[in-house]
Amino acid sequence: MTLVLEQLLNGVQLGVMLFLLAAGLTLVFGIMGVINLAHGSLYMVGAYAAALAAKMTGSFLLAIPAGLAAAALTGMAVEYLVIRHLYARDHLDQVLATFGLILFFNQMIILLFGRQPIFVQIPPFLSGAIDLGLFPYPIYRLCIIAAGLLSAAALYFLIQRTRLGMLVRAGATHREMVQALGVDIRLLYTIVFGLGALLAGFAGLMAGPLLSVQVGMGEQILIMTFVVVVIGGLGSVAGAFWGALLVGLVDTSLRAFLPQIMRGFMAGSEADALASGISAMGVYLLMALVLLIKPKGLFPGHA
Amino acid sequence: MRKILFPILGLALLLAWPFVAEKIGSPALITLFTRMMILGLAASALNIALGFGGLVSLGHAAFYGIGAYAIGISTTHAISGEPFLGLVSGSNLLIVNVLVAVVVSGMAAAIIGALALRTSGIQFIMITLAFAQMVFFLFLALKAYGGDDGLTFRRRNALFDLNMRDDATFFYVTLGFLLVWLGICARVLHSRFGLLLGGIRQNERRMQAIGVNTFRLKWFAFIISGMGAGLAGALMANLGRFVSPDLMHWTTSGELLIMCVLGGSGTILGPVLGAFALIGLEATLNTWTEHWQAILGPLLVLMVLAFRGGLARIGGRKP
Repeated sequence: MTLVLEQLLNGVQLGVMLFLLAAGLTLVFGIMGVINLAHGSLYMVGAYAAALAAKMTGSFLLAIPAGLAAAALTGMAVEYLVIRHLYARDHLDQVLATFGLILFFNQMIILLFGRQPIFVQIPPFLSGAIDLGLFPYPIYRLCIIAAGLLSAAALYFLIQRTRLGMLVRAGATHREMVQALGVDIRLLYTIVFGLGALLAGFAGLMAGPLLSVQVGMGEQILIMTFVVVVIGGLGSVAGAFWGALLVGLVDTSLRAFLPQIMRGFMAGSEADALASGISAMGVYLLMALVLLIKPKGLFPGHA
Repeated sequence: MRKILFPILGLALLLAWPFVAEKIGSPALITLFTRMMILGLAASALNIALGFGGLVSLGHAAFYGIGAYAIGISTTHAISGEPFLGLVSGSNLLIVNVLVAVVVSGMAAAIIGALALRTSGIQFIMITLAFAQMVFFLFLALKAYGGDDGLTFRRRNALFDLNMRDDATFFYVTLGFLLVWLGICARVLHSRFGLLLGGIRQNERRMQAIGVNTFRLKWFAFIISGMGAGLAGALMANLGRFVSPDLMHWTTSGELLIMCVLGGSGTILGPVLGAFALIGLEATLNTWTEHWQAILGPLLVLMVLAFRGGLARIGGRKP
């Protein structure tokens, strides 16, 4: 029982990470109609910048703003130089241009940091485990969950309760109208893209100590994020949140429990191989299932 | 005039290529060109969905890889003598294996297409990518067929009494397959089916309104497209006598898209031209620096931003 609860917490932790990425992706799509394959690169930039800052200053607290700033600035530069010119283009052009950006970012990271993965220490004040009554749980992971949920709440507040959020919502549905009312829509787009990049960078810098920081880390999680966005409904931030939690929970529980269940039916090594295959495919099967029932996702956005 | 002249010149160049490559003392160029032709075939297959059907698939690496694995698995069983799943024996004949590869990848395209075509636009892009990843992970976990190490086999599949070991012979075999495929493409696309498909790309609702079952036609286009990608995979498996999940890495799907757009999607020869251009560019950049992707990436962005329509349409040729 405690094992199940622990794995559920792990699932939530993966879920909030996915949400941080999916929120940016779905906002950028919902508001600007752009598919951005290079969103994973911003996650990678955040992770590398934080790892570098942590190494140079020795302080995790300084690494956080470094990662956030690097991702947000990179994102805004990318928007200004490339994405801005793609708004009026079809999705194919967007895919190709952002694919080119991925190649560029990956190679630049290799040039700057080499191919070897970088390992980041969990900061001392967050290491260790805390007793949750039934079982001990790593403090760092709990912090990620808390940070993710706080970000989700802040994002909700930003979009629903502030002037900027109002413009964002209006820009998504009535672009020309907002422009006609004298709002600098290009600046708005750059800000939204930067916000998405900031969230991706936040996910990246938090992932650093859990996974190794390496080239290609962005694409791996990007494709999972696509699944989240499709399940949740394109353009819907609420959908991204629930979709991310669902995908996080399903993926983690399949990986945790399937091998044992399979071992009940067949020999150990075969069961492990098959179970790892099925659990890697699990979220994609989930996506196929959701699409069969609701082709527009669970929370269809307005886009 | 131009419309006939360039293809004939290109064909003549290809026919002469193995001799030229031997003469200038770099036989490795024969294999490079074989690779270009195979990827050209794959890009041309993707183009049936992309250029003619308007379906932006970012998952064609799956069909390409499935075609390659069909060859790898069949050949391995032929060598070991054990029947596949205890039912069918493997084969070492190219024609048989290619047919198997085409049928199996067509079936995969039928299943994935039936699900993915329920959506459109960006969702279609993401879903084809996700399904391709699913297939990728499936083969990664398939320990019986090498898992992430892949499968190696010693000899290429046999075709009549040809000496398939010889790279020049295999070059001509590939060229033959490419020509047959392009012939099929041209036939299909000028048929009633091809015209209807073009209509769907331009205005799906209007086609529905005049009573066309657009879902079924798009589905057929997707299946044919998957079959072509499978054929290319089958040839690629034979070229390297090696298959691995790397073949269906998602970047392969991206590169196939680039080839189509670079050469001109919606034209018959464009994607092949695009494959030659992209692989040639990669090979050239690779001789300059190991970090060639740092140059290729921005080049791609510039290509998308600056010029549209592709190589095949340069010089005012009509789409």
